[in-house]
Amino acid sequence: MAGPATRGLLATALPLIGKRVASGLLTLLLVSMVVFFIAQLLPGDMAQELLGQAATADAVAALREKFGLDRPAPERYLRWLVGMVTGDPGYSLVANMAVSDVIAARLPNSLLLAALSALVSVPVALTIGILSAMHRDARLDRGLNVATLSMVALPEFLVATLAVLVFSVQLRWLPSIALIPADASPWLVLRSLAMPILTLSVIVIAQMARMTRAAIIQQLSQPYVEMALLKGIKPARVVLTHVLPNAIGPIVNAMALSLSYLLGGAIIVETIFNYPGLASLMVNAVTSRDMPLLQACAMIFCTAYLLLVLIADTVAILANPRLRNR
Amino acid sequence: MTNAIRSWVKALSGSGRLGLVLVVFWLLIASIGPFLAPYDPGAFVAHDVFAGFTGAHPLGSDYLGRDVLSRLLSGARYSVGLALAAALLASLAGITLALLTAVSPRWLDEGISRFMDTLISIPSKIFSLVLVAVVGSSLPLLLLVASITYMPGSFRIARSLAVNLAQMDYVQVARCRGEGAAYIAIREILPNMIHPMLADFGLRFVFIVLLLSGLSFLGLGVQPPDADLGSLVRENISGLGEAAPAILMPAIAIATLTVGVNLLIDALTGRGRRMAGKE
Amino acid sequence: MNNHVEVRGLCVKAGTTTIVEDVGFSIPRGEVLALIGESGSGKTTIAMALMGYARLGCRIAGGSVRVGDTDVLSLDEDGLAALRGDRVSYIAQSAAASFNPSRRIMDQVVEPAVNHGRLDRKAAEAKAVTLFRSLALPNPESIGERYPHQLSGGQLQRLMAAMALITGPELVILDEPTTALDVTTQIEVLRAFKQAVRDQGATAVYVSHDLAVVAQMADAIVVLNKGRIRENGAAAQVLERPADEYTRTLMAAARPERAAVDAPKATAAPLLEIKGLNAAYGTTPILRDINLTIARGATLGVIGESGSGKSTLARVIAGMLPPSAGSIRFDGAGLPPSLSMRSREQFRRIQLVFQNADTALNPAHCVGEIIGRPLAFYHGLKGAAATRRVAELLDLIKLPASLAERPCGGLSGGQKQRINLARALAAKPDLIMCDEVTSALDTVVGAAILDLLADLKRELGLAYLFISHDIGTVRAIADDIMVLYAGTQVETGRRQGYHGVARHPYTDLLIGSVPELRPGWLEEQGDRPAPPAIGQPKDGADLCRFLPRCSWRVGGTCEEFTPPRHRTPGGNIILCHRPEGASEGAS
Repeated sequence: MAGPATRGLLATALPLIGKRVASGLLTLLLVSMVVFFIAQLLPGDMAQELLGQAATADAVAALREKFGLDRPAPERYLRWLVGMVTGDPGYSLVANMAVSDVIAARLPNSLLLAALSALVSVPVALTIGILSAMHRDARLDRGLNVATLSMVALPEFLVATLAVLVFSVQLRWLPSIALIPADASPWLVLRSLAMPILTLSVIVIAQMARMTRAAIIQQLSQPYVEMALLKGIKPARVVLTHVLPNAIGPIVNAMALSLSYLLGGAIIVETIFNYPGLASLMVNAVTSRDMPLLQACAMIFCTAYLLLVLIADTVAILANPRLRNR
Repeated sequence: MTNAIRSWVKALSGSGRLGLVLVVFWLLIASIGPFLAPYDPGAFVAHDVFAGFTGAHPLGSDYLGRDVLSRLLSGARYSVGLALAAALLASLAGITLALLTAVSPRWLDEGISRFMDTLISIPSKIFSLVLVAVVGSSLPLLLLVASITYMPGSFRIARSLAVNLAQMDYVQVARCRGEGAAYIAIREILPNMIHPMLADFGLRFVFIVLLLSGLSFLGLGVQPPDADLGSLVRENISGLGEAAPAILMPAIAIATLTVGVNLLIDALTGRGRRMAGKE
Repeated sequence: MNNHVEVRGLCVKAGTTTIVEDVGFSIPRGEVLALIGESGSGKTTIAMALMGYARLGCRIAGGSVRVGDTDVLSLDEDGLAALRGDRVSYIAQSAAASFNPSRRIMDQVVEPAVNHGRLDRKAAEAKAVTLFRSLALPNPESIGERYPHQLSGGQLQRLMAAMALITGPELVILDEPTTALDVTTQIEVLRAFKQAVRDQGATAVYVSHDLAVVAQMADAIVVLNKGRIRENGAAAQVLERPADEYTRTLMAAARPERAAVDAPKATAAPLLEIKGLNAAYGTTPILRDINLTIARGATLGVIGESGSGKSTLARVIAGMLPPSAGSIRFDGAGLPPSLSMRSREQFRRIQLVFQNADTALNPAHCVGEIIGRPLAFYHGLKGAAATRRVAELLDLIKLPASLAERPCGGLSGGQKQRINLARALAAKPDLIMCDEVTSALDTVVGAAILDLLADLKRELGLAYLFISHDIGTVRAIADDIMVLYAGTQVETGRRQGYHGVARHPYTDLLIGSVPELRPGWLEEQGDRPAPPAIGQPKDGADLCRFLPRCSWRVGGTCEEFTPPRHRTPGGNIILCHRPEGASEGAS
């Protein structure tokens, strides 16, 4: 039984997934063009910036030649793109070191924070979303609706400052700065990250819970749900065994969108808690107009986003029998 | 007229009415706030920095001893006004482009849609950071950055609505009648998009308020001497350890605005759904 | 306690509105009771109340339902869950939507039996296969491994019957179970249902709007209107001697009388002439070699099942889909293939009326705007002149002029369809193409639209291209009839030509599948002979599309050669290797 089914799966799902991968790569290429050419709009260039207004025209021209800035834009784009792909996105003039080294120091921190926040928020969001949907329009659902509705609209710095006031200033439970010493024990890491995780999770949980609820409710109005009830299946079981398999696609999609926020959207949280992540690095790049660093960060966030969307699409394809086997 | 408004308000849920009150309140503050301010928002009027709630300074004083209430009343103008203008610009541009693609030849539709998909794939905060890094943060440019950042999302929603509506039988009837593309877009499709797009406009407004105040909080948004609500949080961040009202009040002000809009939209769209269900 | 099912004083409310009021009936064990009525009659609501179920927003407000010795309405949620799908089971209207799209058929079919602890999984699967076989499903051993989207509507409907019968229920509720099916499939499904329910010895409630179908299935009939019982009696009595006025209206509408006047003999050149027309969506061919003419003031009926290409034909003529081959001539001149090449005058003279007035009228416009637009667009009529003309048109379609100010949202289905028609009339066209204009309407309302069409034709000398899946409707209005099957034109001729015995095998099946309004008709229809064995169809040959289903196919010919066109003794042209079509001729 498993043999032909698996072969059918490969034969029909693989081309679909391949198509998504190709489309994702194309989008990424277009994104890289947008990111590169927006940066070109900046008046003056790196050489000018580095040497300051007082520099002689000759010195600027020499530096331009050194960095290849005198080349036409398409050529510089291609060089930059090749550098990106081969792991050499250029030289950060402000940090005075290779962009790849700057990023390598920060990226693991960002991934750690995002992974821990995801670990907290996904189960909570699923539970809230499913509970709300099962008690549609009942008091519990309406309460949760107003709560999540408000939570998605909260500015991160309010959540963060409130968290600091309560847990750090009043209760003195947690440190208000999330600096992790290199030799920190896992417990200490968790303690330092607790408030950033909490702040990120509040907003992401609300987003995901709302979309989960919407995806399930959309399915609940389908005739097959009524049929299952009329077959004598209890409502909770109907949601778990009949509705969820059909809602997986949209739910996973919602998760992908929200999780991408955990990386790039952490800007304010990283800043408030002084957490050395990629997003606060990007803010520094903006204030110092460090374009190579800024472009590299932007590309990392876009790639992460597209990767998550691709994973979600793949899950949706695999979960949907209409796409899986014809 | 008043009766119509009264029954409209009556039909809202409790949370919807709360949202309506908050929205009206902030619109009022944004338009007449500066005239209500008890002090000059730039003047050092308090004896203390980071003072708590007192009779003279109902919301305390800030890190330089300025009156927080006065600064809040004049800062709201930037947060609400700028976001409103940017949301309006984003929605109008999105709808216009969406209508264009719905009635234009395939290649144009595909070209525009592919470009918008590309922009959507850049997370909005990242996109706005890149833009701010390049163009800077003067008020008109912030307006432009916010509307460019959120226009693709508005386009995507509007386009999916327009494409669905363009398949409706009444649009096919109009085509068979020999109507031109402009008539079909403006008279047949557009009127049926307005309701959902209004809800989208409200959500976009909330996103933009959060984006702009976030940028200001990072020091990349509204620049001194102007200050929006996000700037107020930023400049008083050193008062966090003292739990100063100067840092909490502006943050809470933003939250009441965004939560209010969200509650109102939810009540309105929810009512639309329920009414549609009854028919 | 003689009766198996007793309903007394049943009331169902939606909010404060009563949608079912004081309904009572009883069913003896093993009999079939039909609930019949139009949309809004409450028939489905009542059927669901038999299981103690009310849809979201509705509640059962009073009365009692007894099944066997169980008082259904006094059960709690657990008691109801134990009853549903076990002792009482339900077959829904649309099986395609009622099966969970992401689970295998077998999982869903055995679910009631396993869930209620009747059978273990293995025994349940064995029973399911037995049921599949008795319901004449193809590949009974393996069909359960498939997903719903891989099966046809008729198969799913029978699979749902298997799902309903697997626990051996004492009461089966069938809710319009064949309405979504093509008429040729319906007859097979009806036969399978009737047999299966009888084999089980179950009591059944059959919900339908179709009197002829009910006549085949029911022992007793309850006629409902607006949530109340109008008539309740034995099937033969209700059908032959209806006591209630409303029942008589239903009966009259069920088989429309011939409403049209016969067309004037075609003297001048034809109004519309189509030769060798092919059309395709992308690379998928939809229509092949269509030839037709419509004379001025005449009506051509086009009949075919879903997917036969009949709506595509109207789209091609309207210019929405350029044909891939062939010519369309209108009033002696060639008609440009695409919309952008047509003149306003060409647009004006051909108007298309869509099936579903709900989606064909823009909800953002009021009635006056909808009818006024063609007046302004084609005739430059504005202001008071336009208002006057809108009022005239409303009068023509027998609606009050005061409707002009109203948005179309609040109107009834019949009113909307009339406005849909008035918009076409406002252009003063020569030809109106009606695409299933009565299908979405209740029978009585649809019959009135047919009458209106006939009146308009008489008064204005219009020509119609009338598309329908229902041969009764087409016969009532058309002068000529064309039968489409899978995009090919299998038969064309005068309406009278279809009374003859010699007709295309598909036409024969189509006409023979329409139930007659009398009990016992279904039993008289012997099983259709199985298609005779033929060789492997020749690869790449342009063969008869009906070949796989044809009971009259001829080995050695049909699977080898493209069918030619023949003229039958009745004067019709058929696309078949047998000149005599589906009749015992000299061959």
